[in-house]
Amino acid sequence: MSVLIIFIQKAIVQGICILYGTLGEIMTEKSGNLNLGIPGIMYMGGISGLMAAFLYEKDNPDPNAFIGVLLSFICAFACAALGGLIYSVLTITLRANQNVTGLALTIFGTGFGNFFGGSISKLAGGVGQISVKVTGGAYTAKIPGLSKIPVLGDLLFSYGFMTYLCIITAVVLSIFLFRTRYGLNLRAIGESPATADAAGINVTKYKYLSTCIGAGLAGLGGLYFVMEYSGGTWTDNGFGDRGWLAVALVIFALWKPLNAIWGAFLFGALYILYLYIPGLGRSMQEVFKALPYVVTIIVLVITSFRKKKEHQPPAGLGLPYFREER
Amino acid sequence: MHKEPFLKMSKRDHLAWQKRLLVRIVALILSLIVCAGVIFALVRMNPLDVYKAIWDGALGSERRVWQTLRDTMVLLCISIGLAPAFKMRFWNIGAEGQILIGGACAAAAMIYAGDAMSPVLLLIIMFVASAVGGMIWGIIPAVFKAYWNTNETLFTLMLNYVAMQVVTYCIVFWENPKGSNTVGIINQATQAGWLPELFGQRYGWNILIVMVFTVVMFIYLKYSKQGYEIAVVGESENTARYAGIHVKRVIIRTMAISGAICGIAGFVIVSGASHTISTMTADGRGFTAIIVAWLSKFNTFIMLAVSFGIVFMQQGAVQIASQYGLNENASDVILGIILFFLIGAEFFINYRLERTKK
Repeated sequence: MSVLIIFIQKAIVQGICILYGTLGEIMTEKSGNLNLGIPGIMYMGGISGLMAAFLYEKDNPDPNAFIGVLLSFICAFACAALGGLIYSVLTITLRANQNVTGLALTIFGTGFGNFFGGSISKLAGGVGQISVKVTGGAYTAKIPGLSKIPVLGDLLFSYGFMTYLCIITAVVLSIFLFRTRYGLNLRAIGESPATADAAGINVTKYKYLSTCIGAGLAGLGGLYFVMEYSGGTWTDNGFGDRGWLAVALVIFALWKPLNAIWGAFLFGALYILYLYIPGLGRSMQEVFKALPYVVTIIVLVITSFRKKKEHQPPAGLGLPYFREER
Repeated sequence: MHKEPFLKMSKRDHLAWQKRLLVRIVALILSLIVCAGVIFALVRMNPLDVYKAIWDGALGSERRVWQTLRDTMVLLCISIGLAPAFKMRFWNIGAEGQILIGGACAAAAMIYAGDAMSPVLLLIIMFVASAVGGMIWGIIPAVFKAYWNTNETLFTLMLNYVAMQVVTYCIVFWENPKGSNTVGIINQATQAGWLPELFGQRYGWNILIVMVFTVVMFIYLKYSKQGYEIAVVGESENTARYAGIHVKRVIIRTMAISGAICGIAGFVIVSGASHTISTMTADGRGFTAIIVAWLSKFNTFIMLAVSFGIVFMQQGAVQIASQYGLNENASDVILGIILFFLIGAEFFINYRLERTKK
């Protein structure tokens, strides 16, 4: 029983890292931009949040946890949104190819994260790992009282505040996309930018905003990983391939934020499943690690078989929109 | 009141190649200035010293020149593989996986058949095996794309990670010494399955193989009937169908070629350079090559120049990193900045900006 509880807890923590990236990418893809720079953007968000907290705590004898959290949160979001801005300028204004730009951004962002990650550990005296005790502690603080309830408290209330924020964000994003006028406009752009343009929607503005805010959201996934999962430390390439899993989850969730919530928990569970199945040989463990990707491929194939309208990617996904060429 | 925009842009019909080259060179110079600024801000070094260090790192000694050439050839080989797929507007993001599978096939032949046959036969088998491995990895998404229009960008992307797990799965059985979780140098004593020296140069065969591909692919895309079919399908599938081209067959055939060449890139890496296999065998080059292929507009000789430029910068950045105690990931940051500028420069090649007349 206790193993099961730990498994579920770990699966949820893994899932939330991915879910932030997925929500950001859904927001971006709904506007028709396929941003393959998400993995890089998540690195950028993670490292800038960590650096903000580190620089704040470094020479501060009495750091305030709230200010540390606020600073790192804002820096992570802003830096990740900046990554989204680079992507937007290149693809929307300069009309560059989306796949190529996204991949370049991933190369840049991953290097950016590892570069500064390595550099701040050097700043801290070259001990290899740095720590931001106060801020990290605030991120990992559980809900007082409620988390003491046996079983239920462990399952539902034993996470840092960013876990709950993520779920709330997913719900809000879902309401925004499917229940508001702005969301409808955004989806219209993703389906057919020319039609949306003709209807008087400012395509460029929507695309810019959704890509930058989406990137900022994804950056919070990096921050979550650094602060809650690793407790305020950095290891090079520690974030691994979770960024691509986030892109995969967008497909799995069929571009719907609410599906993404349980999808993220499922992906988190699949991601660590190999650790919890007893008697699994090393070779079989490696097979299990491929599960999230195989499941995504299967979903991708099935949706293309069924051709149900509401399960398809936005029709304009990955395609550039130039008013002059319509 | 309706405001007139300050600038007006219009599509260019055609730009002479000299001007296109000029735009790219200006972009490259601008990116180097920005990089110099970034480097100066970080290490307070004279940027000119830094660029001298880049030059030294890439071409400073004979050994480094060969290393730069070796890596250029690998990157070029992958880009050549991607070119036909991209020309068809099939986004093969899966080069990384196709390289890994090709490399794994080559390594498997080296390990299991290393002592059983003559070196020449072994090399031929490795070559064919890696091509077939990459081909299969390329055909899978192509079949789904051709028959059910499954999104190939996402499909090939996912296959990369499946391939990575296939390699780690194999490493469990191939690891040497036991428990190290790495394969180590394969056949170190016998050198079976290693590409031999050519004209006294260690990487002679690598260069020969890739240069043959460069020429053949250039001719294939530009002058063959199949190359023309690829171009038509890329422009418009409906036009292609109307013209009697068998679109499904073209898609699958082109991806078979694309995957096979990427698989052979895996062979060149394993047999001609690293003599081992790991998940780092492709090392992100499958992604970098996408950018190379796209920037070169499918011209394999331009790819040669772009590949060389990118490898040159990377080798140089590694040198700066060790010389000034910077973290080696600086090379990715610099590469990223350069790519942003080169990608942005495409706009000024395709469009003309004019001041709006009053």
